[in-house]
Amino acid sequence: MKHLKTLSGATLKASAEKGGCGECQTSCQSACKTSCTVANQKCENKK
Amino acid sequence: MVHRFSKKDVNILVDSASGAVHLADKAAYDLCGVLSPPLPKDCPESARKKLSEHYSDEEILEAYQELYSLYKAGELFTSDYDGAETKMSLSGAPVKALCLNVSHDCNLRCEYCFAKTGDFGTGRRIMDFDTAKKAVDFVIKHSGKRRNIEIDFFGGEPLMAFDTVKRTVDYAKGLEEKHNKNFRFTITTNGLLLNDEITEYINREMSNVVLSLDGRKEINDHVRKTIVGTGCYDAIVPKMKRLVRLRDNKKDYYVRGTFTKNNPDFCEDIKEMLDCGFTNLSLEPVVLKKENPLSITKEDLSRVFEEYDRLCDLILEREKEGQNFEFFHFMIDLEQGPCILKRLRGCGAGFEYVAVTPEGDIYPCHQFVGMDEFILGNLNDGTFDVSLSDRFAAINFYTRKDCLNCWAKYYCGGGCSAANQSMNNDLLQPYELGCELERKRVECAIYLKARRMLDLQTDSN
Repeated sequence: MKHLKTLSGATLKASAEKGGCGECQTSCQSACKTSCTVANQKCENKK
Repeated sequence: MVHRFSKKDVNILVDSASGAVHLADKAAYDLCGVLSPPLPKDCPESARKKLSEHYSDEEILEAYQELYSLYKAGELFTSDYDGAETKMSLSGAPVKALCLNVSHDCNLRCEYCFAKTGDFGTGRRIMDFDTAKKAVDFVIKHSGKRRNIEIDFFGGEPLMAFDTVKRTVDYAKGLEEKHNKNFRFTITTNGLLLNDEITEYINREMSNVVLSLDGRKEINDHVRKTIVGTGCYDAIVPKMKRLVRLRDNKKDYYVRGTFTKNNPDFCEDIKEMLDCGFTNLSLEPVVLKKENPLSITKEDLSRVFEEYDRLCDLILEREKEGQNFEFFHFMIDLEQGPCILKRLRGCGAGFEYVAVTPEGDIYPCHQFVGMDEFILGNLNDGTFDVSLSDRFAAINFYTRKDCLNCWAKYYCGGGCSAANQSMNNDLLQPYELGCELERKRVECAIYLKARRMLDLQTDSN
């Protein structure tokens, strides 16, 4: 493409298929105890 | 929903619901701003007219075809995910993370402390092993099939209860095999009590350690004071340096601080941390009501935003010099991050994640401690209010109406229930100032990814 470059594709909806296992880290157990962020957690289910 | 933003000549389109992120030239960026779904196959005349003063017809039509192909591929103007309720258990969710407040006492008297200088207003007390043991039994019982169980030793200052910490770790590890669980221990400490024995223990047993430091000595010491009112910087920094130096680099650590109205120039505090040799950093805005002189208020936002921009520059600058560092709130995984179901519900407070006090009281999270109306139960009398827990499990950004129209909801997970409660007296009403800061941080995180990709392409050409 000339006008656009994709930095990352559509991944979220597909993640629903295998998602929801609940094994990933709780966000406030990492390095935030006041500012909630979830997008930086790692997925623990790479099946 | 598409969020567009430009930073330093990088034009970014974030397709919120699909997670796709695109970089656009000016024509495609401007054109995207005048389109709304559903997109027809050919460029709408109204959109063409709006841009015709600035771009040729050929440019507009070409850019439109590229935008349209992303739209058709489900990477632009996608609609929100609507399968949530069938995928999520909205009641009886397993508890899999404990914030174990082993000490409701502290050896510091920090001026902004949300724990009211350590005891959360509930009286200074250390958790005995019997209560900690019950907490481990509780999480095993309530975790269902979840294998990974997290226990964060918190307080107050958890090293004031080091004996309880050690005995709890031993006890939990002793139960792993029998119950098919994998315990991960973390600790959040102000560092004052670190000695050789404790340092070695933390580096061996804790998968993550969070060390509290606000940065420059004068900034840190102005708010993080000992019981006699002196600053703690000189006492803690050498101990933290030693711990980090001796730590296995496969294990996490964070030096985590808080910034307040006193230090809107917090990049200088980040630099101080870097000068100390720390490279995994977190610095969060203080959460205080606006009446408090240390609070970050609306008037501070533009200055704080500027500083986040400076921090992006600092990160890129250091990377060029081979001195990479991590800033927790700019870390983002656009490809392999958490699944959409995690993002819908956010932090898990009150259902997946609970805090336990020395008295055995169970709260939705560490920030709820002391709010009696939110006590979920008590370990000593065996109570656990499933209906209150279910109330938290049912919170997601569909139930937080103000989140629905926010592009960043898939990144923050709908925000912090505790902040909503303490600022707005309503679990479901987002703490808007916190939202504004979060949106800025997400923009910075995405910008950094974009900048790196563009720099890589420039280097390879």
